[in-house]
Amino acid sequence: MNPTPTGAQSPSDYVDPVALDATDTSASVKIGPGRSRRSGRRANASMIIGAGLVVLIVGLALISFVWTPYDPTTIDPAARLQSGSLTHPFGTDTFGRDTLTWVMVGARITLLVGVVAVGIALLIGTPIGIISAFFAKQPWGMWLDAVIMRANDILLAFPALLLAIIFAAVYSPGTGPAMVAVGIAAIPGFARVARSGTLQVLGSEYVRAARASNRRIPAIAVVHVLPNIAGMVIVQASVAFAISVLAEAGLSFLGLGTQAPTPSWGRMLQESQQYLSTHPELALWPGVFIALAVLGFNLLGDGLRDRFDPKMEARGA
Amino acid sequence: MLTYAINRAIQFALSLVVASVVIFALMSLLPGNAAQVALGTNATPEAVASLEAQYGLDRPPLIRYFDWMGGMLTGDFGTSYVTGAEITPVIVDSVQVTAILVIAAIAVSIVIAVPLGTFAALEQRNWIGVTISAISQVGIAIPNFLAAIILVIIFSLTLGWFPSQGWMAPIEGLGGFLLRLVLPVVSLALVQAAILTRYVRSAVLDVMREDYIRTARAKGLTKTKALFAHGLRNAAIPVITVAGVQLATLLVGAVIIEQIFVLPGIGSELVRAVANRDLVAVQGIVMVLVLLVLIINLIVDILVPIVDPRIRNAA
Repeated sequence: MNPTPTGAQSPSDYVDPVALDATDTSASVKIGPGRSRRSGRRANASMIIGAGLVVLIVGLALISFVWTPYDPTTIDPAARLQSGSLTHPFGTDTFGRDTLTWVMVGARITLLVGVVAVGIALLIGTPIGIISAFFAKQPWGMWLDAVIMRANDILLAFPALLLAIIFAAVYSPGTGPAMVAVGIAAIPGFARVARSGTLQVLGSEYVRAARASNRRIPAIAVVHVLPNIAGMVIVQASVAFAISVLAEAGLSFLGLGTQAPTPSWGRMLQESQQYLSTHPELALWPGVFIALAVLGFNLLGDGLRDRFDPKMEARGA
Repeated sequence: MLTYAINRAIQFALSLVVASVVIFALMSLLPGNAAQVALGTNATPEAVASLEAQYGLDRPPLIRYFDWMGGMLTGDFGTSYVTGAEITPVIVDSVQVTAILVIAAIAVSIVIAVPLGTFAALEQRNWIGVTISAISQVGIAIPNFLAAIILVIIFSLTLGWFPSQGWMAPIEGLGGFLLRLVLPVVSLALVQAAILTRYVRSAVLDVMREDYIRTARAKGLTKTKALFAHGLRNAAIPVITVAGVQLATLLVGAVIIEQIFVLPGIGSELVRAVANRDLVAVQGIVMVLVLLVLIINLIVDILVPIVDPRIRNAA
């Protein structure tokens, strides 16, 4: 949530009851006398900080492909369990491996799981939601919509981490099953967002006009629905990405996600546990980067929501 | 209201049946059956066949499903292929530990979030409100296992106030029980409190915009008085829904916390069962967890119209 006002705002000490009445809950846009109409469209602090953190994590992962301070697999017993220094800024782990290197390479798995999981959920969930909304508008299709949404609700009873644990039990634990499980668990979120957005679009004048001029339903879905719900779907993608980062870290922490020797933040955190009393900084860095990644995607989602949410636009106009 | 509750209960029963079919299908129909998994990939076909015969795995899936379902309805979750032990007592014992943990955590998170969120909404334009919002945003990004590690470093390893792991039943000693409960409960509650604070703030802000609050303010009530007299009950509705979702999240989140603090909860049993490749136990435990999630959703759905007469009448 973004506390900084974005647009032109009312004098700060003056709280007009009517202005208070219009203040949005999720809130970056303060509405008062002199507020510019388009202020809600500008980038806000949430978005900037969020995007900055996301760029940082993506940057670390990309750089790690061409350069890391040390080789991630090199074991150096002489340099084990060091604190931060000029040669090892983040210190070293129990095998003398450089923590900064591991944090950089670990970002890859975090992003890989996020991209694949969100991709699965987006590509399956969004069409399901759109189709369900089209059914809901037909007298003969309402029951199909109801069935799809009930199925969605049942899938919601399987949270990402639980589904991933089931997959780890049935297949062997690993990054692959984890990505798929987290992706499947995220489908209902996309289906719901796409469905409610599509319902809104289908009720609009231009869709009625398109129907009247005999446009086919698939054409309407592509030409009118998709561009209009894209914003909401992107917001959902950002939120789902944050959830998948958490799920992957949690799963690897349990030893059921990414397996050794692939660096992953969750497993670094788990391995740090036995050295907590003597080397707490081993837990610090993977922990900080997990939190930064989640914070980044959450803030980005918040900022994008402020831009895209039709409810807020309606209020702003 | 009664029709609504009955409808909702039927929906619950249907969801439960579908969920059980899904779990059974995932565990039993996918490549490699339970016996093969339990014995490992190196097992001879004869050994697998004899284990299958011993536990009736050679019967058709439909019969095995009804056998499993019927057993659960009478409180029998079956026998582990790996340890040969009854699964039901394990589930009954461990689910109590998890229930204590989760209920205490949601209680703590409500106690933190409701006043803090309300305050942040009332002081929205003030630096205090802004600070609360910012802290809650950061809090959401900290996974519970990271919170747990930080709390252990500070309060257990450095200050030595609380034990860093272990469990004591309340009968063995109430003091020891509570002392061991503090860190796990707080690690679970902090993150949820951060999320809930944001929802409470947003719900209170929504309510403060309503006409009846403006009327109350015009009559001369202060913001706080108007909120307490007319707003809180209305603000409670979205908060109840979110708290329900959180309870479900906590149930699964507890899996990791139980590992860190070595608590004999259902999450620890689940991880152990997965590690032992004990699919019957996994299947039973997952079913119990999904059942609990569905029960929580049912309770929330029935509670909301009770709190809000408008929804009650619409239903």
